[in-house]
Amino acid sequence: MTRGERSFHRVSARASQDLPQQQIVRESLLTYGRALDAGRERFASWQRARDLCHAIKAEAVADLDAHLLRFEEKVQARGGQVFWAGNAAEAREYILGVAQRAGVRLVIKSKSMVSEEVHLTAALEAAGIETLETDLGEFIVQLRHEPPYHIVTPAMHLRRQQIAELFQRELHTPPGAESAEELTAAARQSLRGKFVNADMGITGANFLIADEGLVAITENEGNARLTSSLPRIHVVLTGIEKILPRLADLALFWPVLATAATGQPISCYNSLIGGPRRADEVDGPEQFHVVLLDNGRTNVLADAERRDVMYCIRCGACLNVCPVFHTIGGHAYGATYQGPIGSVLMPLLRGMEEFGHLSYASSLCGACTEICPVEIDLHHHLIHIRRDVAQRRLRPAGERRGLGLWRWAASDARRFERAGNLLRRLLRYKNAAMPEGSRFDPLRPWTRYRALTPPAAESFRQWWRREHSARTFHASKETGHT
Amino acid sequence: MAALALAPKVAIFIPCFVDQLVPHVGRAMVRVLERVGCEVEFPEEQTCCGQAAFSTGYWQDALPLARRFVKIFSGAEAVVCPSGSCTTMVRRFYPELAGGDDSLRRELSGIGSVVFEFSEFLVRRLGISDVGASFPHRVAFHDACHLLRELGVRDEPRQLLRAVRGLDLVEMAEQGECCGFGGAFSVLMSDISAAMGERKARNIEQAAVDYVAACDPSCLLQIGGILSRRGRRARTIHLAEILAGPEPVEPS
Repeated sequence: MTRGERSFHRVSARASQDLPQQQIVRESLLTYGRALDAGRERFASWQRARDLCHAIKAEAVADLDAHLLRFEEKVQARGGQVFWAGNAAEAREYILGVAQRAGVRLVIKSKSMVSEEVHLTAALEAAGIETLETDLGEFIVQLRHEPPYHIVTPAMHLRRQQIAELFQRELHTPPGAESAEELTAAARQSLRGKFVNADMGITGANFLIADEGLVAITENEGNARLTSSLPRIHVVLTGIEKILPRLADLALFWPVLATAATGQPISCYNSLIGGPRRADEVDGPEQFHVVLLDNGRTNVLADAERRDVMYCIRCGACLNVCPVFHTIGGHAYGATYQGPIGSVLMPLLRGMEEFGHLSYASSLCGACTEICPVEIDLHHHLIHIRRDVAQRRLRPAGERRGLGLWRWAASDARRFERAGNLLRRLLRYKNAAMPEGSRFDPLRPWTRYRALTPPAAESFRQWWRREHSARTFHASKETGHT
Repeated sequence: MAALALAPKVAIFIPCFVDQLVPHVGRAMVRVLERVGCEVEFPEEQTCCGQAAFSTGYWQDALPLARRFVKIFSGAEAVVCPSGSCTTMVRRFYPELAGGDDSLRRELSGIGSVVFEFSEFLVRRLGISDVGASFPHRVAFHDACHLLRELGVRDEPRQLLRAVRGLDLVEMAEQGECCGFGGAFSVLMSDISAAMGERKARNIEQAAVDYVAACDPSCLLQIGGILSRRGRRARTIHLAEILAGPEPVEPS
């Protein structure tokens, strides 16, 4: 077992017992659930919308190279710069280079999971560049020195009370300032000066529009607009898979993303950015950079069985419906991306050795696949990842041997029956010898938390043979045949 | 009622753990099938569909069991199973075990069209929703994940339950939410599994029912195990047991 896997077991076991924390998460998601149901009803056919989104993403991915080149051409024609970052280190180096050449001292960021993926903030701060989150949820978790809890709602694990106490400590808000309005106003005030003084703004991208060379950014707070327009340099950090072929595709993807993410018909601010300030414009950044990140994505794209994982639009719906996420929360995953999409992405992008265990943290209920607006077959991908993990012999030897033994026993009916009779007898002895769930109970993984039904006196097949021959006997007596 | 052959021949697929741990569920299914006029056959060579190996990633151990299963049930007009998850394994996942091998895929695909989950068989195939049962209790129905999302079976068990005399069917909160069993998940990640089961148990308690019914004995083992450990009133019961009524006392 890797250290990450051991840590996962420890943290998730603790989180499983933390009922108050689970209650907070459930309450946040109750509103979401109702909004989502209402949101889906607004579509003439939500299912048809999903089918179309899936088809458009398939189209985007099928010719991703051509779309990316066209995007680059259009951005460059407007004076923007495009950098193709093969991995996290190249992305960090490029952005640091841009910052240092321009004498950047203060960076503001809007929400970007890719920036988490490449650990950008730590690199900037190590170089002496102050880096501040402007999305309210990210701002909060940054003050708490913790990673985002959820890819869309980073601070959903906190009660307003906790945020009030945090702001009192860190922003010196007056005690008693606890309403949502007061807290938001405090954050806004703290951030205003930073927005105005920042040298560089870093955003993510929700979509990259190939035919027009535009970056589409969706948000509810307006912080991304300020981040992308006030500082003299704007850097967009994005995965290569965010491509949509046409501007018109947004007519479907904007409402689908908003519905799946928050149950809104459309998010409050949807921006299209194509380059730096033009000669005839009065404001906007002098420099515009788009960093296209690979970091393992082309490997996933190359695999036909897995390609649809790259259709993800990062809506977070799969996290919201996942009973495992509800139980253990986002931090327990110990990974940049959490929940069902995280459990698929992390092993595929960062390796089976380090993250393969996440694929087992699922009961395979399929709620994620059912909700996914682009119809990624999420829970089946988890089974495929398990297949790869087992094939690479990353599973405990005992498990491998156990299932091999099971196969051997089940390959012959008489052997199976003898094994079953033996196991039932052993179970009866065990039940007589010790309290269920005790430290010595070999079935403790089950019996620690649940009772186990006492073994039946005879198996179904034993009953059938007895009953069936009795019936045949009676029937033959009646008909006079033997 | 659908026009089918008189006394349709039905082969029953009894999951390994039903055979060994909860055989009364299999017996109940036989009683119901015979009551509605089926001629029931139990191919004794059957053992296990291989799902445990498949879903844990050991496809090389699941494949021989799948091929064996297909051989044993070849020629059957209908194979009926009292478990949504085992039915899903055979119908939905057997072809996957073939990987890229086309002839193997063909070998493992045919069985999917003749294997049925029990409630699905009664309602969709035989067109029956009233089997003359009586069960005067408050009952909640738990939608098992495979049954609901892979097989699309949601209304059929409810139709059968609503026709049961005296039965008060209650819709409980979060009834489509996973009970936490998930096969090997229940022991590999037992803390998370138990916490999910506890949530299901709380919803059952809030529904104030006498019984929680399902078409999946695996879910019932999980839910029943937790309810029992918590000392709760509600008991678990398989749909087949409700429809079959009490077991006849065997003549001495």
